[in-house]
Amino acid sequence: MPAVRCVDVCKTYRQGELEVKGLDHVSLEVGEGGFVCLSAPSGGGKTTLLNAIGGLHRIDSGEIWLADRRIDGLGKGELASLRLHQIGFVFQAYNLIPVLTARENVEFVMEVQGVPPDQRRARSMEILEEVGLKGLEDRRPAKMSGGQQQRVAVARAIASRPTLVLADEPTANLDSHTAEQLMELFVELNTRHETTFVIATHDQRVMGYARRIVRMLDGRIVDDTEQEAA
Amino acid sequence: MIRGKVTLRLAWRNLWRNHRRTLIMLAAVIVGAWAMIFSTALMRGMVDDMIQDGIRSLPGDVQVHHPDFRDDPSVVNSIAPPTDRLLGVLEQPEVVAWAARVRVPAVVSSERNTRGVTLVGIDPDRERELSFVADDMADGRFLESAEDQGLVVGRKLLERLETDLGKRVVVMSQDEKNEIVDRGFRIVGVFESSMQAREDGFVFAGKATVQRLLRMGNRVSEIAVLGTDYRHVEGLRRRVEEAAGPGVVVQPWTELEPYLASMMGMMDGFVLIWIVVVFLALAFGLVNTLVMAVFERVREIGLMLALGMTPAHIRAQIIAESTLLLALGLAVGDVLAWATIEPLKGGIDLSIVGEGMELWGASAVLYPALRWEDIVLANVVVILLGFIASLSPAWRASRFEPVEAITKV
Repeated sequence: MPAVRCVDVCKTYRQGELEVKGLDHVSLEVGEGGFVCLSAPSGGGKTTLLNAIGGLHRIDSGEIWLADRRIDGLGKGELASLRLHQIGFVFQAYNLIPVLTARENVEFVMEVQGVPPDQRRARSMEILEEVGLKGLEDRRPAKMSGGQQQRVAVARAIASRPTLVLADEPTANLDSHTAEQLMELFVELNTRHETTFVIATHDQRVMGYARRIVRMLDGRIVDDTEQEAA
Repeated sequence: MIRGKVTLRLAWRNLWRNHRRTLIMLAAVIVGAWAMIFSTALMRGMVDDMIQDGIRSLPGDVQVHHPDFRDDPSVVNSIAPPTDRLLGVLEQPEVVAWAARVRVPAVVSSERNTRGVTLVGIDPDRERELSFVADDMADGRFLESAEDQGLVVGRKLLERLETDLGKRVVVMSQDEKNEIVDRGFRIVGVFESSMQAREDGFVFAGKATVQRLLRMGNRVSEIAVLGTDYRHVEGLRRRVEEAAGPGVVVQPWTELEPYLASMMGMMDGFVLIWIVVVFLALAFGLVNTLVMAVFERVREIGLMLALGMTPAHIRAQIIAESTLLLALGLAVGDVLAWATIEPLKGGIDLSIVGEGMELWGASAVLYPALRWEDIVLANVVVILLGFIASLSPAWRASRFEPVEAITKV
């Protein structure tokens, strides 16, 4: 059963007087443990598709399935619960909670899930070590570099062991060395935990790590290619 | 519970993100709480003083008398002195003082003028703890015993009768057979009172002397009982009623002096209005602070929604911020109010405006009355209204669309 299945998905935006087709009859399947890059120029529809898969955007028509559950008709509360328990998000601009330390940010999703404190603590320390942030767990985001913040965001996304990680331009604000480290981490997590990754990017370096590249243009899928990962 | 913890932690830390704004708002809440409690204590003190003064003007907390005495306060409607059973209750610690009195309408005549008054026959030793007369003596002496044959009158009455201390007057009333009885009394003492009606309307003589004058044996007009708390007299009234037996009525001061009772009720309402008014002034700052805090954190709120927090969590977090801010301000304000009132419990001398105060029955020394009920009321009202005031910013925060909020610059 595919981890993600989009069937003929359409999404239209209004930009002032204009109607813009964000997604134009998009159909896509991503298998469990897949590592897929959505590649498109700005405005091509990759972030819109990512957000639609994550239940952050309502679609106009079509179907979106996560495993065996259709999610496009779910209410706000059900979508929130789905995101909380099944999906890990990595956003472009770090998006950490500034009043929490690195460890607390990593624990945040687990805490909302209701994971007991000792389990949370052990898991967050383990993940922070895994992403190379051991010793920085008590730092707040403002005292960390961009790369360190993005690693915290990644740690938060995977700490609760989601089945699906959605990452939107995760390397956009990182230097090439840090971006490389981050992608290696994604690959390792994908390989070790069989976590499905869907990454929206137009960064060629990132695409080099993917096993499949889905190219989009003007809200449509124009190419879908399997490749040997780096 | 776990979600409650994370909500509280986020709320607390978010409060201190903008120290200056939080401290300014906190200072406003502290001053508001202090003002609510301090001024309420002053008003309570003033009204307490007026009520207690009114209670001490004769009624006591509870009074026993003949069922018809209130309609016709003549010697005909007198009652027997306290029985042993009633005395058993009157000697209990819940009774601060009690006195049996004779109280009848009478006419007092000097060589120049005649005035209608209430003649009160008292036992001075008992009355000393119960009513105002002994404390308010301005000239001469107070009565020395129930057998005392002197008369104590008010300053105003003395002026109206155009007589003086040491002179004789004639007091005239009716006995049980409606026969006119009279007796000459020498004025041995003059009292002053904050209320002119008291100075003008009452004359006091020894109880036994008055009983002999009215040929009423040892019967009395009323038994006044002073308890420990004028606000809660129903228990005392019930016990006195049970012990007094049939043929008499036992009434609380609230029925005997409905004007004073209404003043107490009015004061309770006024305290609530005052608290609400002060809160409304605070509410503008509070709502502004919360709205600012929400709009500064649009991205963050969007992130939390995207990560799976529900709108209800977001609302709870904003409300928790408001509640924490108010609770902290109230706690400090409460302590500050207590610390300000405690040293003033000995009284605040307002003699500079004393005449004005006395005109409407308050004394020139104000004793602030800090009541736990008022503190609790102020705190509960502020927290409750704070909750209501924070609903709108909380609701707006919870309505953000995660994607739009996250990408907000």
